[in-house]
Amino acid sequence: MILRRPLFWLILVLAGLFAWFPQHNNNVALREDLILVAVAIILTTNLNLMIGYTGYVNFGHIVFYGLGGYIGLYLATVRGWHLITAALTAGVVVSLFALLFGLGILRLRGAYFALATIGVLVAVQAFVSNFEPWGRSTGMYVAFDSYAPLGGPKHALWTTYFLIIGVMALSLILSLGIKSSKFGLGLFAIREDEDAAIVLGVNATVFKAIIYSVSAFLPAVAGALMFFKNGMIDPSIAFEYMLSLEGIVMLMLGGQGTVAGSALGAALYERLRSYLLTSPRLSGFHLVIAGALLLLVIRLAPGGLIGWFYRLVPRSREVIE
Amino acid sequence: MSGILASMIDGLLIGSVYGLAAMGLSLIWGVMDVINLTHGSMIALGMFGMYLLFGAIAGNPYVLLLPVLAAGLVLGIMVYWLSVSWVIDRPILMSLLSTFAVNMMVIGIGTAIWSTSPYNVNFSLPGLTVGDYTFTGNHMAAALSALVISGLLELFLYHTRAGKAIRAVSDNRDASELMGISSTRVLMIAFAIGIALAAAAGALVSTLFPFTILSGAGYQLKSFVVTVLAGLGKPLGALAAGVLLGLLEGIVSPFIAVSWIPLIEFGLFVVVLILFPRGIFGRATA
Repeated sequence: MILRRPLFWLILVLAGLFAWFPQHNNNVALREDLILVAVAIILTTNLNLMIGYTGYVNFGHIVFYGLGGYIGLYLATVRGWHLITAALTAGVVVSLFALLFGLGILRLRGAYFALATIGVLVAVQAFVSNFEPWGRSTGMYVAFDSYAPLGGPKHALWTTYFLIIGVMALSLILSLGIKSSKFGLGLFAIREDEDAAIVLGVNATVFKAIIYSVSAFLPAVAGALMFFKNGMIDPSIAFEYMLSLEGIVMLMLGGQGTVAGSALGAALYERLRSYLLTSPRLSGFHLVIAGALLLLVIRLAPGGLIGWFYRLVPRSREVIE
Repeated sequence: MSGILASMIDGLLIGSVYGLAAMGLSLIWGVMDVINLTHGSMIALGMFGMYLLFGAIAGNPYVLLLPVLAAGLVLGIMVYWLSVSWVIDRPILMSLLSTFAVNMMVIGIGTAIWSTSPYNVNFSLPGLTVGDYTFTGNHMAAALSALVISGLLELFLYHTRAGKAIRAVSDNRDASELMGISSTRVLMIAFAIGIALAAAAGALVSTLFPFTILSGAGYQLKSFVVTVLAGLGKPLGALAAGVLLGLLEGIVSPFIAVSWIPLIEFGLFVVVLILFPRGIFGRATA
């Protein structure tokens, strides 16, 4: 039972703190910092389902987030849907799209799949940049009256913040749930040896397509919420390749394959990134530092921070999954 | 009708540069089973290498290709020791991530130096005018240079001792070590040549189009498409597939907006991988 696992309760406490702190003293700056951390955690934990659990590198994970943002924004502003319905619909549509696509490209093994995911990103970006209803390369803006159903802009920003914290908690719980399920064991088997897994009765193509689709759902919902909050979207910010790549750095830094590791890596890296981007002397160099960090982690500590902690305190494995 | 013909010829010319870029990727992939994700940034460095050299010397860019190639070899050896030597024979995830980390560092440094605004190499050869259409001299010279470099690579791989050693290691590393070939050194040389080819391709592209530090990524994607079209470890196959891709772009470009081309290329990539997992022009070395 998931209720008996300490990490489950830790996740709820964490989400509670995230929700309570900025609202408690109406600290908008803190809220804006935490929202970026929450989005980083959402993206990284879902990426972990592919890389950490299944052993398939997805270089284009951001495509789910961007596409979710586009669909959500389109439904919420052009069609006038309620934000929550729009975000959920975006999640479902992007998941279905991922399922269809996954059944095609997941026939490709290992490195070929990784290359195909770069292609998915480029292709979707090319499509969206040419798609007339979504404003082509200029993108879309949130119409001001779209905030009305949520009680005006100020209130709407807080609502989207709480929703994003909710999505963050769901992402972590989803990862935790999959990890101990039979489905999760099948994914680990694929990661360790795909041929052996197939021989033992794991339907690898279907498993991979399902996890690819599952890993798309919450990032798409988060994208819809986040771009609604930001008030605008365009192809270059929705499908920012670098953000997709930084997700991999976050995951490796924290510890791929673990729930706590992906969240920890995301939070630490996101804070580091914000620091570097705002520091006048280092602002141009955040990619250099990210790259060097990634190189060091895979060379010296392939298990990331959590892997290092496991070696230090072996019994911690049972609590910090 | 003649417009399409002109566009096709132009596509053929540019396609040979794509082929040159892809040969670098294909050589590394085939010999050491490492997918070199620094490829795009090395192409970009080739562009800026040419830009700097041309700015400093203002010589003939096709002569300046030689120092770019030489610098590419040195850079290749550095990248090899930094990110590749210790991931060979480890899970593919490791080599993907380690080369990718170097890619991020190069792009980061490049962005800090040159920002992401476009640059160009201001050089043009007289073109050839046929009827209403002019084929620019730069395109023809770039294609010719790509062909010459490809020919030299082919001669090197099939007619020199070092080249034969590279092919031997590519076929069977254990057996070639038993024959007294130092595979570490061979892998390093192959990697350096792969990077030099990428840099040369970038240098040629810089004489054709404006470029930014991020431009390499598009050519990296094209190189992947070309490599899977050609199958691994066949340099001339990669050249042929590159020309084919250029031709395809030439055929479709009069009809659709340029921004659709990545979508078509990617579609091609997936279809080819699924239908011809061993490439169209040859069998991959398993």
